[in-house]
Amino acid sequence: MVVPNSQIELILATSRFGLGAGLKDMAQNKGDPRAYLRKQIQNPKAALLNDKDLPPSDAIWRLQWADDERRRRERDAQPPAMQAVTMQTQMQMNGSVTKADDKYKSVPKPQSYYPELIFRAEVEARLKLALETQTPFLERLVSFWSNHFALSVAKSGQVKAMAGAFERDVIRPHILGKFADLLVAVEQHPAMIQYLDNQQSIGPHSRAGDNGKHGLNENLAREILELHVLGSDGGYSQADVTNFAGVITGWTYNDPGNDQLYGGRFTFAPARHEPGDLIVLGKAYPENGKEQGEAVLRDLARHPSAARFIARKLATAFISDSPAKSLLSKLETAYRASDGDLMVVTRALIDAPESWQASAPKLRSPYEFIIAAMRAMETPPDTGVMLGALTSLGQPLWQPIGPNGYPDDSTFWMSPEGMSVRLDIAAQFAHRAKTTADPDALLTALFGSTVSTETRQMVARADSREQALAMILMSPEFQRR
Amino acid sequence: MSDSFLANVEHPHSSRRTFMQGTGALLAWAYAPKFAFAAGGKDSRFVTIILRGAMDGLQAVAPVADPEYEALHAGIALATDGEHPAIGLDGFFALHPSMINFARLYKQNQALVVHAVATPYRERSHFDGQDVLETGLAGVSANESGWLNRALTTLPSGDRVGGRTGLSIGSVTPIIMRGPAPVLGWAAPELPKATDDLAARVSELYRHRDPKLAEVLQEGLRTDGMAMKAGVAEPGKMRGNEFEQMRIAATGAAALIAQPDGPRVASLSFGGWDTHANEGGATGRLAQLLGGLDNAISAFEQGLKSVWKDTTILIVTEFGRTAKVNGTVGTDHGTATVAFLIGGAVKGGRVIADWPGLKMRQLYEGRDLAPTTDLRAVVKGVLAEQWGLSANVLAEKVFPGSVLIKPMAGLIA
Repeated sequence: MVVPNSQIELILATSRFGLGAGLKDMAQNKGDPRAYLRKQIQNPKAALLNDKDLPPSDAIWRLQWADDERRRRERDAQPPAMQAVTMQTQMQMNGSVTKADDKYKSVPKPQSYYPELIFRAEVEARLKLALETQTPFLERLVSFWSNHFALSVAKSGQVKAMAGAFERDVIRPHILGKFADLLVAVEQHPAMIQYLDNQQSIGPHSRAGDNGKHGLNENLAREILELHVLGSDGGYSQADVTNFAGVITGWTYNDPGNDQLYGGRFTFAPARHEPGDLIVLGKAYPENGKEQGEAVLRDLARHPSAARFIARKLATAFISDSPAKSLLSKLETAYRASDGDLMVVTRALIDAPESWQASAPKLRSPYEFIIAAMRAMETPPDTGVMLGALTSLGQPLWQPIGPNGYPDDSTFWMSPEGMSVRLDIAAQFAHRAKTTADPDALLTALFGSTVSTETRQMVARADSREQALAMILMSPEFQRR
Repeated sequence: MSDSFLANVEHPHSSRRTFMQGTGALLAWAYAPKFAFAAGGKDSRFVTIILRGAMDGLQAVAPVADPEYEALHAGIALATDGEHPAIGLDGFFALHPSMINFARLYKQNQALVVHAVATPYRERSHFDGQDVLETGLAGVSANESGWLNRALTTLPSGDRVGGRTGLSIGSVTPIIMRGPAPVLGWAAPELPKATDDLAARVSELYRHRDPKLAEVLQEGLRTDGMAMKAGVAEPGKMRGNEFEQMRIAATGAAALIAQPDGPRVASLSFGGWDTHANEGGATGRLAQLLGGLDNAISAFEQGLKSVWKDTTILIVTEFGRTAKVNGTVGTDHGTATVAFLIGGAVKGGRVIADWPGLKMRQLYEGRDLAPTTDLRAVVKGVLAEQWGLSANVLAEKVFPGSVLIKPMAGLIA
């Protein structure tokens, strides 16, 4: 049976570029799959996650600090009278939480650990959006960039509390803007600064350096060069790392406990900043406070290695584990010609014929698999189920082992343990499925006429509806994209 | 012992294989060969543990008698006196006080340290460093097969799936274990298992439509069967924090490779060693990590009791850290570090080091412990003596391009 290309492309638009077909999506994705994707990126604002119960990053950190403070006080055996005071009053007494921060529903509650509480709320909002979105391509772009600028909630309570806000506040607004703007926003976010230790980095010749008693921590500088912008073969040296670390000394955040308005926000601390001109990648950057670092970041974003690195990452993540050279060169050209405009680069990704080749499809990542399964089974947005499934599959949300995030190459996920756990998850999801669709009709709704005869037969022969649904989730059509 | 590792493999009866395929049954682990223990033959076990993030070798095994050490590691340096004294190993080096099991095994001559060791990688990216460590190549490469897997393929081919099978702990297979040799996978189970019937049906579909998925799923199901037999299959029973997870992973790995028909070779990875800030001295973050690692060593010793005398555990990391603490009482990415060898098969009780010294001019690029031993020499030495791999095979298949790196002799008893 020959499946027409137009059918295959319709399916690829939802699987390769999206989160898998929800039944709602299929109605929109008719006719021209490229137009369907282009329409999604035309409105970048659709990538924002607006939830009035989720505070902005700095407020989250102030609330987190207050929660910590409460715990500390509880530990330090207080007089009974003090314990009777309600927690919110207590937080106001210790000065960290303003009335303004009180308005969020997810403020700290007694007996709960705030980072866990807000983390769950963030995950729930993200999951809901993934299941209901009309712009699944944008959600995929968010996941991609969020993983490109990976942080890990295992770092600290603060990073755990702010991980969702990091994505909402700096990733989502910039995924279709200039890469340089995304980069500056990310590197100035307190969660990234803390994740890669920059708040502790002090210029040895700065005032705070105290004649070399304190010094650099080059973690953030190195990972910006290697992982965020240029790639490890991007043409920088150890001296570039060290000098760049000097350039961004003083990039830190305001103590969340001391300042009701600006606590928990990015700030530049001149006393910690390494004075003088510094050379990065052959160019001297004159002493200029915070702008010195921003200038380096903007130049890095313009570097030919950046175009090459971003092109390869995008193509590998979305299209193929071994992307065609011609595709890489199209994306690279789009990046360079547009001065790193991600709207232009993303459009080039949609437009390239190489993006629509159906041979050697990638394996869905655990996250893509779980979300697609929940959409197909019409599962309610249960964050516990999702987080547990992701952890079992080795992709706990916002918690990669290192700052390189999870690999874009899907062969990483092609492991014996991983596939056997997928089977267990498919069985669980089929058991909990809310869809009332007939399995054969669901197959058609998900994959049109691209379903193989064998898959259709195996699903038809299942000994129960539940088993048929599990078979759909485990079918090669569902596992690959 | 050239062919000891998996010699005398019994072939499964062809009638049974036909039967199994015919019914589509999924108890594929039943194919796994039974190991006959030939008289005098060793049935050895080999475990590799990768510490991801670059462990500070100068803090795990501190050169306490080097006059520069204390000043370089100011604020966190170990000392053999005080409240948490480091454990003296040989008068020059002292072991981190968290590693009590290692210290005990060292005294029993079943553990050793190789110091100032490094892979051939000389830059400071974790991810490239781990690539070089795991591929076993001289530089960063797109080659996605690992030296441990390639070493497995050089073993006598007793059986199609049996003798050359590796075990990877965790939900994903790391590069070191990827390649042509089949790999089983295990992670602490969390979910109830799908029925055998569903597994059989999905496997059949894959056999028709997606051979790669069929192969990978088959290996996963084999391990499930084995884990059941080994008593490490019950969901939700093995949980713990970041430090306890090392012991849990080791417990599972040991249970599986201790099985008479289980794999003989396992790889594990533990993360979290990237101590840029507040690394801690005798106590603190690195101390907790080393404590977790030490518990994993103990779990292997317990779980492999019956074969401990023929067991070797190799613990490695992608590179070391700066000799001098940075501005944040931690250390940045460096070069040389330590490797550990543990097990009944190891000629232990010593620190092997051609010590380069820690004076500024002796440091690599003026900042890192200088490498004097190539890690490949250590691994080649183990594989040569434990598995009987020839220098040629080691230099061509396992560590291509390493002809000049001679296997270190005398590591294995």
